Amino acid sequence: MSVAETKTEKVEGWNRPHELEPEEGNDLLEVAMGPHHPSTHGVFRMDVALDGERIVRLKPVFGYLHRNHEKLGEGQTYLASMPYTDRLDYFCSLTNNWAYALAVEKLAGLQVPERAEYLRVILAELTRVQNHASSVGFLIQDMGASGTPLMYAFKEREKILDLFEELTGSRMMCNYMRFGGCRVDASPAWLDGVQKVVAGLPAFADEYEALLRTNEILMARTQGVGVLPPELAVNAGATGPLLRASGVNYDIRKVDHYGIYDRFNFRVPLGDHWDVYDRFMVRLLELRESIKILEQALKDIPQGPIMDPKSKIRGFRPKAGEAYGRIEAPKGELGFYLISDGGPNPYRYRVRPPSFVNLTILEDMCLGQNVADVVLILGSVDIVLGEVDR
Amino acid sequence: MLGEGILKGLAETAKNFAGSYVSKERLTTVQYPEERVKPIEATRVFPFLVFDGADWEAGLRCVACQICEKECPPKCIYIEKSQDKKPDYVGKQQFYPARFDIDVSVCMSCQICVEVCPFEAIKMDTEFELATDDRFGGLLQDRGQLAKSNEYYHRIHPTEATEVDARLAEEKAKLEAKAKAAAEAAAAKAAAPAAKPAGGGE
Repeated sequence: MSVAETKTEKVEGWNRPHELEPEEGNDLLEVAMGPHHPSTHGVFRMDVALDGERIVRLKPVFGYLHRNHEKLGEGQTYLASMPYTDRLDYFCSLTNNWAYALAVEKLAGLQVPERAEYLRVILAELTRVQNHASSVGFLIQDMGASGTPLMYAFKEREKILDLFEELTGSRMMCNYMRFGGCRVDASPAWLDGVQKVVAGLPAFADEYEALLRTNEILMARTQGVGVLPPELAVNAGATGPLLRASGVNYDIRKVDHYGIYDRFNFRVPLGDHWDVYDRFMVRLLELRESIKILEQALKDIPQGPIMDPKSKIRGFRPKAGEAYGRIEAPKGELGFYLISDGGPNPYRYRVRPPSFVNLTILEDMCLGQNVADVVLILGSVDIVLGEVDR
Repeated sequence: MLGEGILKGLAETAKNFAGSYVSKERLTTVQYPEERVKPIEATRVFPFLVFDGADWEAGLRCVACQICEKECPPKCIYIEKSQDKKPDYVGKQQFYPARFDIDVSVCMSCQICVEVCPFEAIKMDTEFELATDDRFGGLLQDRGQLAKSNEYYHRIHPTEATEVDARLAEEKAKLEAKAKAAAEAAAAKAAAPAAKPAGGGE
């Protein structure tokens, strides 16, 4: 396909630096970055048109990892889709579980007991800590610092994954939350283990910041690169750290107060330069806020049941209707939209994945930048292809 | 000063490098086949069928109700119900699986089969070395390979197995009490003059 054919229409009112032209007398070079480029975090292709080193056009191409998740969900029971949600964003299976459970609970009118809500918050925030730590590590690795920062993050992640395995039986494919509560109760020994890991997290955050924050090379590579203005981010529907780094105060934990998030005291970090460095900093600061939430949740967690007695494991049929459950996943707004016709399977099952929507404005961030910066900008969006393609 | 940030970062790595010689906690690598990390009790890898007693065929708890076959998300379970019946753990006549196969290469270790089973018959194993050089037959485990004793279950998941045993014992006691009460009622009715023959309770 020639470049001329891929030209997209200019949208009125969109302040996008679109349709760059090559300099007089220059020819364009088309490069297919991916689908097996190491920087794409999976199988994902960017069709890039270059004028020398400058990006003139960029077209994200995804779908290589399509697994028919939504249609599969319509063909089987509500419960059977739960393990498949683990495989959307395989870094954060517990938040995926929560979003799906939330949607089904809305549909079936189930009440989650206190203790289960606390367990969910603890697990979701642990997930956020490990996701942000490793996504920063991956970003730095894309920049060329191969290994060290990523391994520091993985050292901490390993402790958290061990906790997940101890409670849920699996490190990454946790399949832990159920409609109306959680699958197994946490033992006091497990909670002590969490306490121990959480007590070590501030030291890790300090170490990680000292390692990276003031590094001159990192600052030179990231500051002023991949600027995403707030109006553009809002227009494209971006969510999560990407949106907040563009200075928009929108965190679903604060907006929706789903679960019991209104009980915790935490702040929402915002960026004001809208660049890659801001996204990096927003993640580091969010990590610290998550530690705060964890400390509060561990202090307050009550005893009690972990399942709504009305919930059924066999023969679960929610009444006809529709529901949308959304949470603030580490990558942004993760939503599940379900329509029930009263049968054992959902009539319609739709996932609103954060990385997919965030990826759609990749071109606007990359235009005019150098080709080496594309790798960096993609890293700062923080995508997982399992979720983009579903 | 230019380069201060880099030096700060290098100080961090130097601290970690030196620390790795002192602190045992940092040496996490394990020489795998010879050395192994301590297994975690909750680990789930692949399902197995629990049997009571010494004979696996007679002691299988599974009654071939096929709920797990229907609920399994990747549909990796294949069950054929038997024609005849055999007594279960309370002595009641039940069907049993004439065939019960699980495909290792399809199973995704989600534990849904364990959760939906009403008879505590299928549980998760912690054995993870399932690799074989046989691509088809070796990866399809039949009921003989899947059957494992209740003692084995106690060994790998002690807490969970104790709870399950307590639950089963309670159910059994309840059923026995019910059967006894029904038998007594039947006896009382039979003793009474002109009583109709009463059906025995289960």
